[in-house]
Amino acid sequence: MSTSTGPVIEAFGLRKLYEGRVAIDNLTLEVHRGEVFGFLGPNGGGKTTSVKMLLGLVAPTKGTARVLGAPIGNVQARAKLGFLPEHFRYHEWLTGREMLRFHGRLYQMPARLLNARIDELLTRVDLLDAADRKIREYSKGMMQRVGLAQALLNGPDLVFLDEPTSGLDPLGRLLVRNVIGELRQQGTTVFLNSHLLSEVEISCDRVAFVKGGQIVREVAWREQSPILEVEIQMKPINSALLKSLDVFGSDIFSNNGMVRLRVPDEEVLPLMTRWLVNQGVMVYQIRASRKSLETMFLEVMGQDHRPG
Amino acid sequence: MRGILTMVHLTLQEARRRRLLLSALIFGLAFLSLFATGFHFIHRDLMAHEVLPFQRKLILSSVMMAGFYAVNFLMVMTAVLVPLDTLSGEISSGVIQTVAAKPLHRFEIILGKWIGFSLILALYLGLMAGGLVLVGKVVGGVTLLRIGTGVSLMGLEGTLLLTLSIAGGTRLTTIANGVTVLGLYGLAFIGGWMEQIGTLLGNTTTRYVGIVASLFVPSESLWQLAAYHMQPPLMRDLNLTPFSPASVPSGYMILWAIGYTLAVLSWALWQFHKRNL
Repeated sequence: MSTSTGPVIEAFGLRKLYEGRVAIDNLTLEVHRGEVFGFLGPNGGGKTTSVKMLLGLVAPTKGTARVLGAPIGNVQARAKLGFLPEHFRYHEWLTGREMLRFHGRLYQMPARLLNARIDELLTRVDLLDAADRKIREYSKGMMQRVGLAQALLNGPDLVFLDEPTSGLDPLGRLLVRNVIGELRQQGTTVFLNSHLLSEVEISCDRVAFVKGGQIVREVAWREQSPILEVEIQMKPINSALLKSLDVFGSDIFSNNGMVRLRVPDEEVLPLMTRWLVNQGVMVYQIRASRKSLETMFLEVMGQDHRPG
Repeated sequence: MRGILTMVHLTLQEARRRRLLLSALIFGLAFLSLFATGFHFIHRDLMAHEVLPFQRKLILSSVMMAGFYAVNFLMVMTAVLVPLDTLSGEISSGVIQTVAAKPLHRFEIILGKWIGFSLILALYLGLMAGGLVLVGKVVGGVTLLRIGTGVSLMGLEGTLLLTLSIAGGTRLTTIANGVTVLGLYGLAFIGGWMEQIGTLLGNTTTRYVGIVASLFVPSESLWQLAAYHMQPPLMRDLNLTPFSPASVPSGYMILWAIGYTLAVLSWALWQFHKRNL
């Protein structure tokens, strides 16, 4: 089983073909204990297939992975996993409470502990008053919330949430966001599959972008913070000056009296301004803005990407 | 092991919650009431016409066999149709994903469902066969022979078809599975009749074709064997009714059917183990 400090997910070159079509290719990643990991990509990009492979629901065509220190599909490891699927469907002839009791029994939870946990989670997802109604009478949002409770029944070390807010209204989304925050505080690792960038932006420590069945970029979102983009209106601009600016940032570009570059954080701005003034440059305007995840997503996906 | 028990419990809970057991009970009682009514009037007429006791017993036994034939058919339909959707439906809807992601082996899911549905089928067969025996005894004072053996063979027939239905659900859609399993039952049914007719006409080729069909799906042979054991010797030896087999399936057919059921169940476990969910 996993150590307390090692990665909870290690995937090496996972590949899945469905009738010759590549769903995911060469998936290599590490997810560390206690982090909220965002898995981003367009619909049909292979996100759900990746989660299913890591859960042992789908056999990889190639590659290996370890989840909680055990090979994928290991039954003992699954005792510490939680999973909310994208298409959350349950035995709809059961009540919400009965459904949770059934899943708790599959985790082999003792009855008393299970009953207490069910009440606690139903309260957390605001479904205690609907606990004894049949699931077929639930709205989509209620189904998703009871599904979230199901995913957390066993107090998992690692929980996979596949599009956990797709059926929720703004209040429901806030609830999920808060639950993810609580999980992070408890040290639970969260693997969040989503194409709702705002959710990922708020919740995740690290994100990976999936395109065409491959991870094309990984960003330590919370640690590094999104990159700061700076626009400086100044005069004069020459090639020597532009070259010298690379001590402050990267991706330097000049056009029509405007210089654009990327800097690591706000602390660079006064230093850079002072340096420019000392070089005899007239600085008329400095504008700094953080690059949103959406901008990054569009950049990564490129112009050729079609709406999903 | 606890995973299997949890799945058995869920299967029984589903049968109860979806009113399967209630429907079976209501229509089972309706069937038995109708049978008892018919049986009563036949018995009354036989008593009124001063038929010899052995003739009366033969006629009432024939009616009892007709009742068992109907029960066998109902049980076959129950065995095929009730578990038809249990895997294919849960796979296509995605319900199975959260179950299979839990700490249990996939074989526990299949075995739990198989045991659960087998218990439901046994309950149904017990109710219907027990009801028929009770009607025969109380209304007409007649009892068939070796009821336990006959009903056990019918139970094996039902279990075999139920196993086919569950196994089909691991690979096929619900509709395709239903068509396939009923098609297999149809092959067995016509094969069984070809064997009987071929024997009566002395046509060896037809008889062997029937036997091959019975080996392919041995369900009908089990019914023929059950019918052979349950009816009075005079009735079966003289081929007095359609339920008197002219060609009695070998006792080895029971071993074949048990092996066949276990092989199909093993195939289902393997298919479900390796399939993507």
